[in-house]
Amino acid sequence: MIGSEPTTEVAPARIGRKRWLVATGVLLVSTGLALLVGSVSIDPVGIGRALLDRIPFVDVSSGLSDVETRLLFEIRLPRVVMGGLVGAVLAVAGAGYQGVFRNPLADPYLLGVAAGAGLGATLIIGIGAGSVLVPPIAFLGGMVAVGSTYLLSRTVGGRTTTSLILAGVAVAAFATAVQTYLLQRSYDTLREVYSWILGRLVTVGWGEVLTLAAYASVALTALVLLRRLLDVLGLGDEEASALGVEVLKVRRAVVVSATLATAAAVSVSGLIGFVGIIVPHTIRLITGWSYRVIIPLSLVYGAAFLILADLGARTLVAPAELPIGVVTAALGAPFFLVVLRNMRGSS
Amino acid sequence: MRRIAILAALLIALGACATSEGGSTTTGGPTTEPAEATTTAGPTTTADTGFPVTVSDGVNEVTLATRPESIVSLSSTATEMLFAVGAGEQVVAVDEFSTVPDGAPVTDLSGFTPNLEAILGYEPDLVVISFDPGDLQAGLAAVDVPSLLLPTATDLEDSYRQLEVIGAATGHVGEAAEVVANMQSDIEAILASATPAEGVTFYHEVDPTFYSATSASFIGQMYGLLGMVNIADEADDGTGFPQLSSEYIVSQDPNIIFLADVDFGVAPESLAERPGWDGMTAVQNQAIVGLDSYLASNWGPSVVDLLETIADSAAEMAPAS
Repeated sequence: MIGSEPTTEVAPARIGRKRWLVATGVLLVSTGLALLVGSVSIDPVGIGRALLDRIPFVDVSSGLSDVETRLLFEIRLPRVVMGGLVGAVLAVAGAGYQGVFRNPLADPYLLGVAAGAGLGATLIIGIGAGSVLVPPIAFLGGMVAVGSTYLLSRTVGGRTTTSLILAGVAVAAFATAVQTYLLQRSYDTLREVYSWILGRLVTVGWGEVLTLAAYASVALTALVLLRRLLDVLGLGDEEASALGVEVLKVRRAVVVSATLATAAAVSVSGLIGFVGIIVPHTIRLITGWSYRVIIPLSLVYGAAFLILADLGARTLVAPAELPIGVVTAALGAPFFLVVLRNMRGSS
Repeated sequence: MRRIAILAALLIALGACATSEGGSTTTGGPTTEPAEATTTAGPTTTADTGFPVTVSDGVNEVTLATRPESIVSLSSTATEMLFAVGAGEQVVAVDEFSTVPDGAPVTDLSGFTPNLEAILGYEPDLVVISFDPGDLQAGLAAVDVPSLLLPTATDLEDSYRQLEVIGAATGHVGEAAEVVANMQSDIEAILASATPAEGVTFYHEVDPTFYSATSASFIGQMYGLLGMVNIADEADDGTGFPQLSSEYIVSQDPNIIFLADVDFGVAPESLAERPGWDGMTAVQNQAIVGLDSYLASNWGPSVVDLLETIADSAAEMAPAS
């Protein structure tokens, strides 16, 4: 048996209307909350009116001061949108890797993709090339990393769950070692990489949002379209081939899309852990194993999760900031354990 | 053996400086005696010797049997202090970031990731550091090399104390007292003429992700001496260096922005490009001051220059009241 994923379980292949409503509701509430609350308090009614005012042909006076308006539209809003995009991307990429490797533990971090992308980004920032080059080179680094992980696991330990993860850990450790070496060699130029490593949404503006949106829309569309084929892959290579699926092509497409998404997210927001494993897993525990359900829901809940995590990072010690990676780990791990426990109790 | 031979040679060469006043000890605490050592104008080196000497860096006591003649400094502030008290000729190697003064023997030794063997390669008889990653002092002690750990000063008094410790450990007690006295009078002069800075609000940027420094930090206290108001104080997290949010900085709208990260690629002009920052008063008035990264991170005699830079900027850029 390859991996530990049950393939025969009957799972709903479609997302019911109720699930969609709940997911959309959660995302809307998270977004609203994140817009209303911040390290600086702004009149909530004013925020509501200011948002309405932005809708074409609607003209209401918000009553907000000039500073508050700038704060809302140039700092808080792009940060919330960015949090949502990064969360959606990391969660869907995690789900994609899990499907393609038929491995419930696959995740952009455990596979070494994030570390590889980080190494690529460090190199580009280090030589001072323009920031336009950061995402493509990060993507290259991520592809090399995931490729190495896959080959290592095949040659060393057969095709077990653990060998893939062990190979990923080794690749990540190697990439991190090279990155640390580079950082130590040129402390001056790479100082900004240090704070970037810890994950940063603090400096985000609309420019970064647009960069990520461009890459993410391509990658996420591809992954959403491929979700049916991921379910077929779950039947095993032979069965999938028998059903007329070009297994290798599908695999490549999923890995390339997921890596592109991860690399773009890593390029703009730094290393934010835990999202890619927790969100798809929680959804899987609740809804079952079909990727037709997991992928779209991961997109929505991943966005909501990171928006809320960033809300915590911004407000818990306001006006100071907490590193977002600390929040995702602190929120994510216990939440995941609770879900895991409840599911075992009920089944 | 070779080390002893070199030491002996140095001692003979510097015979004039060798012990002449017996073996009484001087501690690193505030010194009152040096007045007699400097009755004549100008520093004297011969009057200060009194080895063996026991000095305390605040944590450990170190006894130096003879005047150290091959000092390794892994702290840029310690290097500046060593040269300021007249012990420059006794220094054989300093770390990569010890850029002041010009003549300091810079090597590729690192103060952040110190390598014990590389340090011992210079055959030091005293090592001064500002940071011990864990086992550096223990390693030096194991091979009987005395070391002083002088971390970032907590306040000006601590900075003066470190100068006196360095003076006592190197046989320059009188000059150290003189350096301290000069610093004190310079600082007093700056404070006496810097009244316009009172109540001026500011944001001190440590790095482009909005890490700042509160009044609990050494650099924060320099602004505090001038009566300036630090917007980071609201966010004190116990470290002295909290990360602020962009929202908070913009809403506080400080009078002046001090950038301690200009040497790391943050141009003052680029602040207008930060989301939401273009409307800030300091950005519109161009009340943005780039601080030399060396000045912004040291606590030696050059704090006088730092304080002067801050006071001048505040006088120039403070809002007319």
